[in-house]
Amino acid sequence: MADATANGLTAEPKSGPMMAADGRTLKSSLNRALRREKLRALALIAPLLIFVLVTFVAPIVDMLFRSVENQIVSETIPRTVDALADWDATSTEAPGEEVFASLYTDLVVAEEYKRHTRLGSRLNYELTGISSVFRSTGRSIGRFDTDIYTDQFIAADPAFEDPTQWSSWMADDGLRTALPLTADAYDAWVGIMVEVKEDDPLEEDIYDFVYTALYRDLAAGAVPAGMPSIDVSGFETVSLRELFIDEDDAWMNVEIWQTIKTYSPSYTDGYFLNAIDMRNGPDGAEWRPENEQLYIQLFIRTMWMSLAITGSCILLGYPIGWLLANLPARTANVLMILVLLPFWTSLLVRTSAWKVLLQQQGVINDILVWIGLVADDNRLVMINNATGTIIAMTHILLPFMILPLYSVMRTIPPSYLRAAKSLGATNWTAFWRVYFPQSVPGIGAGSILVFILAIGYYITPEIVGGTKGVFISNRIAYHISSSLNWGLAAALGSILLILVLALYWAYDRLVGIDNVKLGG
Amino acid sequence: MSGPPIYATTGQRIWFYGFRVICGLIFFFLIAPIIVIIPLSFNAQDFFTFTPEMLRFDPAGYSTKHYADFFTNEAWQVPLMNSLKIAPVATLISVGLGTLAAIGLSQSHVPFRRAIMAVLISPMIVPLIISAAGMYFFYSRIGMQGTYWGVVLAHAALGIPFVIITVTATLVGFDRSLTRAAANMGAGPVTTFFRVQMPLILPGVISGGLFAFITSFDEVVVVLFVGSAGQKTLPWQMFTGLREQISPTILAAATVLISISILLLATLEILRRRSERLRGLSPG
Repeated sequence: MADATANGLTAEPKSGPMMAADGRTLKSSLNRALRREKLRALALIAPLLIFVLVTFVAPIVDMLFRSVENQIVSETIPRTVDALADWDATSTEAPGEEVFASLYTDLVVAEEYKRHTRLGSRLNYELTGISSVFRSTGRSIGRFDTDIYTDQFIAADPAFEDPTQWSSWMADDGLRTALPLTADAYDAWVGIMVEVKEDDPLEEDIYDFVYTALYRDLAAGAVPAGMPSIDVSGFETVSLRELFIDEDDAWMNVEIWQTIKTYSPSYTDGYFLNAIDMRNGPDGAEWRPENEQLYIQLFIRTMWMSLAITGSCILLGYPIGWLLANLPARTANVLMILVLLPFWTSLLVRTSAWKVLLQQQGVINDILVWIGLVADDNRLVMINNATGTIIAMTHILLPFMILPLYSVMRTIPPSYLRAAKSLGATNWTAFWRVYFPQSVPGIGAGSILVFILAIGYYITPEIVGGTKGVFISNRIAYHISSSLNWGLAAALGSILLILVLALYWAYDRLVGIDNVKLGG
Repeated sequence: MSGPPIYATTGQRIWFYGFRVICGLIFFFLIAPIIVIIPLSFNAQDFFTFTPEMLRFDPAGYSTKHYADFFTNEAWQVPLMNSLKIAPVATLISVGLGTLAAIGLSQSHVPFRRAIMAVLISPMIVPLIISAAGMYFFYSRIGMQGTYWGVVLAHAALGIPFVIITVTATLVGFDRSLTRAAANMGAGPVTTFFRVQMPLILPGVISGGLFAFITSFDEVVVVLFVGSAGQKTLPWQMFTGLREQISPTILAAATVLISISILLLATLEILRRRSERLRGLSPG
C-alpha cells in the first residue's frame, strides 16, 4: 500500500489529478469514502427512524386523515347520494320518488349489514335527531308494502320466483345493461345472501327490493330481451316517498336531505368547521347558533390559562434561576435537588398532592381556618375550577421554566452588573438595562416550553379542573371515549397539533432542538 | 455568599434577606406538596388531612394500614405488576434503537440530519393527548389497540427522544480518535463498539434509559387509550382513583413512587458526577 502510494506520487509528479492507492483519482476516492460514511450513519439511524415512523408518525398522519375522512355516507347509501346529485339543496321541498326509491334499496341493504345506525350516529353530529329517524326507519323497512310488486311479477310469470332463473338472467350482459337498477339490486342481494346470511343465492327467495328495482326499470321503458315480457303499465303501484313519510314524517324535513347531501362527499371540512363552532349550511359555511357554540371559547380558555400558567412560572422561576446562577456551585447543586425532585416525581403523585391539599376539607383550608383567615363554614373553593388548574399546573411545570432560565443565567458574567453599578447605574437600572436583556433568551425558551406543555395537558385539568378549568385536550378525550365522535376529536387534535408545531418551530429557531437539556 | 457584603447599606441588606425569603417560599411551594403526602399516607383514619391525633404526634394517629392495603390488595398489585412488565421492555426497545441512532447521528456527515432529528424528537413535543388519539385510531385499525405489545411500542416511541438527547449529548464529548486507534490496532467494528465506545458512553446510555423508564412508568394518557383493562398500569389505577372518589391507599402508592423518584434522581446525580469527573470538568 505504501509502495503504491509512493508510486502514484512519483509516477506523475508534474500535473493531472492526484491519485489514490487503488488508482482512482483522489477526489473520487474521497467521495466514495464520504458516501460510505453517510450510508453507514443512515444504516445506524434507519431502524429507529422506521420504528418512529410506524409507531408514532403513522398514527398522527392517520389522525389528520380521519379529521377529513367521510366515506361512511357514500359507502352506506351510495345510490341515494347519486340520486341526490340532481336535487337542489336550497329548495324547500323534500326530494321526489326517485331519491326515495334509491334510499329504499340502500336502507334495506344497510339494515342487513347493520350499518344504518352507524350512519345515523355520524349524521347526528351534524343534525341532532337524525339518528333516531334512521334507526326507526331501519327497523320497519323490511315491512314496507313493496311486496305487491313481487306478487304481481310472480302472478304474471312464475319464472320470476325461481332464483336459478334469476341467476342466469343476471349473468347475461345484455340484460344487465337493459336493467341497470335490477342488476345493481340483484348484486346487492347476492352480497347479503353470501356475506350476511351465509346462504346459497340459488336457493333463497329473492327479496322485495329486487322486484321493486325491476319494476322501476320496466316502468322507465326498459326492453329486456330474454326475459318474459311483462306489461307493467297495469301494475298496482305504491309510492316509496309516501311509505317513508308514513313511517316517519321527518323524511319530509328538508334539513335532513340537506345534511345528507352536504355530507355525501368522501372528504369533508365538516369536522373542522365543527371544531370552530361552524357548520355547513345549504349556502356554505355558517356560524352555529349562539347556544351551540363551545369550541372557540374552549380554545381561548386553553390559551388564556396556558398563558396564566406561563406567566406565573416566569414570576416564580426567575428569582430561583437568579439565585441558583449566583450561588457557589456546591450550594447551587444542593438547591437544584429541590427543583429536580418535583421534576422527577410522578405527575400523578403531584396531581394527587394538589387534590389533597386544595380540597375544601384539605390541608390548606384547614390551616387557613386554624389561623383564622377563613371561617369554617366559608372555606375557599380552590379545586374543580380554573384556580385549581392554574396552581397545580404552575407547580408541575415550574421546573421546565427554571432549568432553561438557570442555564442561560449561568452564562451571564456577574461582572457586567458590577460594571454597570460602578458606572453609576442604580440597582434597578443595572438589573433592567444590563442583566434582564441578557436573560431574555432563557425566559423565551422556558416560556415556549411551558406553554407547549401546558396547552396540551390532559391529566391535571381532568382531575383538579372540574368543568370550568378543563382544556381542549379534555374535550378531545371526551369525544374519543364517550361521544365516539372520532372525526371531531381528530379535527380538534389537528388544530392543537398545528398550534403546537408552530410554537415548536419558534422554539427551534430560538433555542435549537439539539440544545434541549434534561435535568441540568 | 453567606451574607451581604460588609459595605452593604441597610436597604441592600433588607433586599438581600428579603430576596432569600422569597426564594425560600418558592422552594417551599415546589417541595411542600410532595413532602406533605408522606406523613398523610401514615394516617390511621381514612381522611386526606391531618387528624388532631396526628398533630399531637400521638402514635395512635399513625398506622401503616394504607401500605398494607397497597401491598396486598389485588386492585393495586396487578397494576403495579403490569407497570413492571411494560416499562422495562419499552425501555429496552428505546435504548437499543436509540443508542444506535444517536451514534449514527453523531457522525460528521449525516444527510437530512435536522429533519431526522425533528422526527425522532417529535414524540416529546406533540402533546400526549394527540399522540394518544392518533395511536388509538391507528392501533385499532391494525388490531393492536388493547394489546400488551401495542402499549409497549407506544411507550417505546415516547421514550426515544430522551434516549436520543442524552446519548447524543454524551457523544459530543466522545473522542473519536479512540475508535480509530482501536481499529488501527486490529479491532473490528463490533469489538470497537463494545470494548471501547460503549463503556465510555455508558453513563449517557443509562441516564437515557432511566428517562425512558420513568416516561413509561409514569405515563397515563397513552395507556388509557391504547391499553385495555388487561394493561392497567399503576398511574392508570391512580388516575381512576383520583377521578372517582378515592381511597387513601393512593397516598401510600404516591409515597412509594416518591421513593422510586428519589432513587432515580440519586442514580442520575451519581452518573452525572462520574462523567464530569471523567471529563475533568468538576473538582469533586
